Amino acid sequence: MRFVWSRGRLEARLEPVEAQVLQSLAVDLLELLGPQDATEQDPLEALVGMQSGPVARPTDPALARLLPDAYREDEDAAGEFRRFTEQSLRSGKRAHAEALRRSLAPYVKGRRIPLERELADAWLGCLNDLRLVLGTRLEVTEETELDVPPDDPRAEALSLYAWLGWVQESLLAALSRR
Amino acid sequence: MTAPARLDKPEVDDEVTPDRPWVAIVWNDPINLMSYVTHVLMELFGYPKAKAEAMMLDVHHKGRAAVSSGTREQIEHDVERLHAKGLWATLQQD
Repeated sequence: MRFVWSRGRLEARLEPVEAQVLQSLAVDLLELLGPQDATEQDPLEALVGMQSGPVARPTDPALARLLPDAYREDEDAAGEFRRFTEQSLRSGKRAHAEALRRSLAPYVKGRRIPLERELADAWLGCLNDLRLVLGTRLEVTEETELDVPPDDPRAEALSLYAWLGWVQESLLAALSRR
Repeated sequence: MTAPARLDKPEVDDEVTPDRPWVAIVWNDPINLMSYVTHVLMELFGYPKAKAEAMMLDVHHKGRAAVSSGTREQIEHDVERLHAKGLWATLQQD
């Protein structure tokens, strides 16, 4: 996987297996975020201009990390904030994952994927969300050793996590040369 | 039709003084890349790289940093944008 500027345009160049991995991770993330209509507004409330949405923090720690509380010591304020913002937060993250998935499908070997600004931002945001989910599931800390022996049950997931970090870092480096 | 306004004097809560600004706090987390946090602070708030990097290092070394201040509405909006980028952010009164 490389990010290359070519004639003023950013391109992602990746192997088919890398495209497959990213696509399947994006699909998993979309599943975690839930379908669009699961969080749709009550039509009557929409009609009268009321905002409705969930007020409780998700019980899944990975989802809770994607959709964090905005107030640390005020549960009521955190719930109110969530009621007004969680749906759009979810749909923004869904849009990023959807854009990443679509840009890779169907992937043809040797294809260069042009990343214009909006798509590059979607990739960057989605890569970060993928790392947040995987890192939370793996309970990584700043001391976590990512390079573990192959017989470690977490070896595969940790190397995937490390790879995603490297991809995100590469994209950031490319964007800073914009 | 709406309920009549309450005429009794509202209780004054010492914790909420209108003069004190609200701040958006970014908390350290072991997952977000340092370069990404800097990138987000530059992009969302238009901070120069040196300022964004200094804030990011505060988050990293001190565990947290205030990244913007203003009215409650402004800071709620900032926190919403920080969450959209995946940063662990909260707001509180300074």
